[in-house]
Amino acid sequence: MTRISVKVDGTTYQDEVEPRLLLIHYLRDRLGLTGTPIGCDTSNCGACTVELDGVSVKSCSVLAVQADGGEVTTVEGLARDGELSGLQRAFHEKHALQCGYCTPGMLMAARDLLREHPHPTADEIRHALEGNLCRCTGYQNIVQAVQAASEQEVSA
Amino acid sequence: MTDQATEREVGRARPRKEDARLITGQTNWTDNISVNGLLHMAILRSPMAHARITRVDVSPALERPGVIAAFSGADLAEGLGSLPCAWPVTEDIVLPDHPPIAVDEVRHAGDPVALVVARDRYAAADALEAIEVDYEPLPPVLDLEAALAQDSPLVHSDKGTNSCYVWPLKTGEAFDSVRERAEVTLTRRYHHQRLIPNAMEPRAVVVTPLAASGEYTLYSSTQVPHIVRVMMAVVTGIPEHKIRVVAPDVGGGFGSKLQVYGEEALALAVARRIGRPVKWTESRSEGYLATHHGRGMIQDIEIAANRDGKLLGLKVDLLVDMGAYLMLVTPGIPILGAFMYPAIYKMDSYDFTCTGVFTTRTPTDAYRGAGRPEATYAIERIMDDLAVELGLDPVELRRRNWIGHEEFPYTSIAGLTYDSGNYEAATDKALSLFDYDKLRAEQADRNRRGDSVRLGIGVSTYTEMCGLAPSRVLRDLRYAAGGWEAASIRMLPTGKVEVVTGTSPHGQGHVTCWSQIAADVLGVPFEDVEVVHGDTKASPQGMDTYGSRSLVVGGTAVHSAAEKVVAKARKVAAHLLEASEQDLDFSDGVFSVKGSPDARKTIQEVAFETFTSHDLPDGFEPTINAEHLIDPDNFSYPHGTHLCAVEVDTETGQTHIRSYVCVDDVGKVINPMIVEGQVHGGLAQGIAQALYEEAVYDDEGNLVSGTMTDYFVPSAADLPEFTTERTETPATSNPLGVKGVGEAGTIASTPAVVNAIVDALRPLGVQDIRMPCTPERVWRAVREAQA
Amino acid sequence: MIPPAFDYARPDSVDEAVGLLAGAGEEAKVLAGGQSLLPLLRLRLAFPELVVDVGRIPELRGVREDGDTLVIGAMTTHHDVIHDPLVRRHAALLASATATVADPAVRHRGTLGGSLAHADPAADLPGVVLALDGELVAQGPGGRRTIPARDFFVDYLQTALAPDELLVEVRLPKADDWGFHYEKFHRVAQAYAIVGVAALVRRDDGHIAEARVGLTNMGSTPLRAAAAEAALVGAGDAESVARATEAAAEGARPAQDMSASVEYREHLARVLTRRAVLAAAGMG
Repeated sequence: MTRISVKVDGTTYQDEVEPRLLLIHYLRDRLGLTGTPIGCDTSNCGACTVELDGVSVKSCSVLAVQADGGEVTTVEGLARDGELSGLQRAFHEKHALQCGYCTPGMLMAARDLLREHPHPTADEIRHALEGNLCRCTGYQNIVQAVQAASEQEVSA
Repeated sequence: MTDQATEREVGRARPRKEDARLITGQTNWTDNISVNGLLHMAILRSPMAHARITRVDVSPALERPGVIAAFSGADLAEGLGSLPCAWPVTEDIVLPDHPPIAVDEVRHAGDPVALVVARDRYAAADALEAIEVDYEPLPPVLDLEAALAQDSPLVHSDKGTNSCYVWPLKTGEAFDSVRERAEVTLTRRYHHQRLIPNAMEPRAVVVTPLAASGEYTLYSSTQVPHIVRVMMAVVTGIPEHKIRVVAPDVGGGFGSKLQVYGEEALALAVARRIGRPVKWTESRSEGYLATHHGRGMIQDIEIAANRDGKLLGLKVDLLVDMGAYLMLVTPGIPILGAFMYPAIYKMDSYDFTCTGVFTTRTPTDAYRGAGRPEATYAIERIMDDLAVELGLDPVELRRRNWIGHEEFPYTSIAGLTYDSGNYEAATDKALSLFDYDKLRAEQADRNRRGDSVRLGIGVSTYTEMCGLAPSRVLRDLRYAAGGWEAASIRMLPTGKVEVVTGTSPHGQGHVTCWSQIAADVLGVPFEDVEVVHGDTKASPQGMDTYGSRSLVVGGTAVHSAAEKVVAKARKVAAHLLEASEQDLDFSDGVFSVKGSPDARKTIQEVAFETFTSHDLPDGFEPTINAEHLIDPDNFSYPHGTHLCAVEVDTETGQTHIRSYVCVDDVGKVINPMIVEGQVHGGLAQGIAQALYEEAVYDDEGNLVSGTMTDYFVPSAADLPEFTTERTETPATSNPLGVKGVGEAGTIASTPAVVNAIVDALRPLGVQDIRMPCTPERVWRAVREAQA
Repeated sequence: MIPPAFDYARPDSVDEAVGLLAGAGEEAKVLAGGQSLLPLLRLRLAFPELVVDVGRIPELRGVREDGDTLVIGAMTTHHDVIHDPLVRRHAALLASATATVADPAVRHRGTLGGSLAHADPAADLPGVVLALDGELVAQGPGGRRTIPARDFFVDYLQTALAPDELLVEVRLPKADDWGFHYEKFHRVAQAYAIVGVAALVRRDDGHIAEARVGLTNMGSTPLRAAAAEAALVGAGDAESVARATEAAAEGARPAQDMSASVEYREHLARVLTRRAVLAAAGMG
């Protein structure tokens, strides 16, 4: 067992964990933060994407011990005081989700993109999301939502 | 007074009610469910395609820390029946035994052989490795044609054959006779690869037992909670009324969760045995073996026509890969396509035969489109070839044969009565959006120059049958259940509305659309409607969600139930307003007396008056709640025209979709944004079959594309931007005028893409490319044609 | 799926890491960014007794110059490589090829050293470092040694690193004057390359003075297309480049798998080498 301290969505947790415990299982099974789902076992699908120390990571491919001392933001930490983020609003307004299983990862990946490229083209968005699979939407509305969110941020 | 809805909801692009939870992570996927004392089940699966089990020893697993129980198939055999097949398509179909966990023989890689139950998923995964199993290998059965040979090894040796069934349909003039008088005949063989549905949420099951009363709640990532409930009673012997099935948030299905799975029965059996709650969650790669696959078919098709393009008849022979067992509707999938090969075309003869074949692979069953993509692919591919043979433009050939809009209702050669359609309108619109003539000019130019990058144009003018289904038709097809759907509406005392539906959404947006439908009929605000679904306790009656049926059948049921509420409310309002029912107008949720508009009662006021029941008409049953079950008279027949332009790099075989235009006619639209989303997603899956995806097996029957790294689900970077438009020809077979939309994009797009690739390469001598059209296959086709 | 259990150590220095590796022998695995190792563990294709996490050793990160050589710490992430101004100036081929590795989230965790030490011939960076004539610096109990990239990749997933050695840095001769291009051919955006070609070209008076071509997924290790490189010298137009690159698959022993046959891979190597060289030479 290894002692870790991780700040998740603003709350600091200290726990004893097995070194092999995946960050995603730590979030879901130990902290009960089930907003972030698991979609594969090969880090292809991106459903489990969270932010670790300011950048997007696939939490199925990070050990909880590797996040020790770090700061994690999940989909559950995006809205502030009940106020949705621009991306969350845009996903809703553009119908960028159907079953919603990929949505937490998509939101985190898109957020990462907009941090680095505040005004991406449609093509840049598509490439930035290449590690996040969606089976419902055909991606078109996701691309539009990310674009809409980037424009909102310009006007804001 | 409560606000009344004044704007019509139906037809509005309402952002969805469902989203609020999904975009904030406040979800309830089955794997999220946690209860005190929850144990985790893990399943040991066969590493071999076919083998006799000579020994299973689970005892070493029991010594691992945190392990509560471990069972072999034999340990669980008592009290676990065979998994059901609800669609024995012929009287003499071969129905093999299908134990949820293998006892003496495994028949596909991934067949369960033992399981453990442990404190957490980590302990359960570790303990699996301690289980000892000895296998005696048996020969795999993989090739559909070889499997039917006399000397083939058998998947089910007790059955004496690998042939599951032969299902014929012959209508009109005998095909031999039209072949004789035809000026042109073409024969083709097409292959549909096996596909893995890949709903983003892997399957999961949680069972919570109440030992004292023998009651069980089964949470499952399923499309069909009502069907699962019935079948769990049958398989486990637990009385149906003691089983509650809940489909919580379900992360996509595409047919893969239209199933009654062994793991559901196993979790139930184990929870019953040890009296503790149990969870099982599949990993993605486990799901690739354990969740049913789709397609897997060889099609031999022959078309007969005259030189002027007039079609005379069609002959279709199918060999269909059932996999190792018959699951819920495995044998019926190609039969759903049987009626669709003639598609939108008029002809005199149709001769169809389907043979189901057992193999030692994961069972197949419904995957988005289920039978109809296969049919549409075959007819639309061969129509393009016929056009070339006749020297006609492919669109022109279709024009000369399709059913004119003035000819509806039209009974197709396969016997279906298409209620409505306008193929001309959809095609004209698509051609204009696509800029068809300009692309043809560019194509000709590239061909002239001998450009190494060719351009091809693919056409697909499709229709399909969906909205499953008239129960009597299902009876005639030997399906074991009906096709009705249920809805009930509860008017709450405060004027809010609960719609209870028997459909079970997993991404389709039923909560939003059913709210729109009910809000309009009842004249209440959209926000005042809640939709209850996916729990056999809260929604006791339903036939669930698949086959693009939910709106056509379930949405219509909501509409009719709401009309019943209004009819009852009218009686109460008439009584309260001291008027006759006939003298009441009802509009925007308000009953008013004709000629005296101030004498009015809102439907919410009526709901409250009914709740108190202080002043109801004599003899009035004190409720305005209503229930409606509907059994449709007919299927619904969406149609449309899809056009695809593909650039093909002949040097590498790489393909690139340059533009994709589709004009779909799904009848009246409840929510255009949701319809568009359904089309987008359908296109993505149909294109994925054409270009990317395949469940690849090696000669021993191992799944080679066994993880998401090797099974190529396309990402945003791999798919084009789509141009989607609609025409609107209302269905006449339901009061809403709606048709299904969930599968249309998938059905139409696969042949559009492959037609485009072949069209690009035809000048080089290429006639066909097997799906998926991988770069290597495209390159080889070019090379072989040039050789 | 669930990784098997292992012991875990997170050394603060290279010396400490090497000591841990020396103590554990063959049973230890180095955890760099984890983007290759964790999927292997989850699929239970590896069962290390000890995982040595080198993610918190500051000296392993970062990019610096050493005369004519660019020195990249083994634990520098793909993301940092792509955005590093020194890499972009002196080893732009590496920056552009790294941008095609997996996806952004994986590039945030995955590291240059981790990718090279994993030595997957289907991965993009081994062939690139080979083309750049890179050297790899390993530290073991006996100190540091420098291994030329051409000697580093021994076989499928095997390197010249001893079990008690840690890859600490990658040294690349500056390639400021070289034209470059990485041509990746794959089934879907995040799939491994069926074939990848890393090309560096130095031109002199309109003709190719020197070409270096690294091949991805054309054998059990990354390869240099030596015959094509030799034939390219002096090529001055697209036609001569095309002739020279016909030799691109010579000596390659590619595998047959689900995505491609041997023959097709050889064909792709020729076509993609031609395209990569033309692009690198500015002749495309």
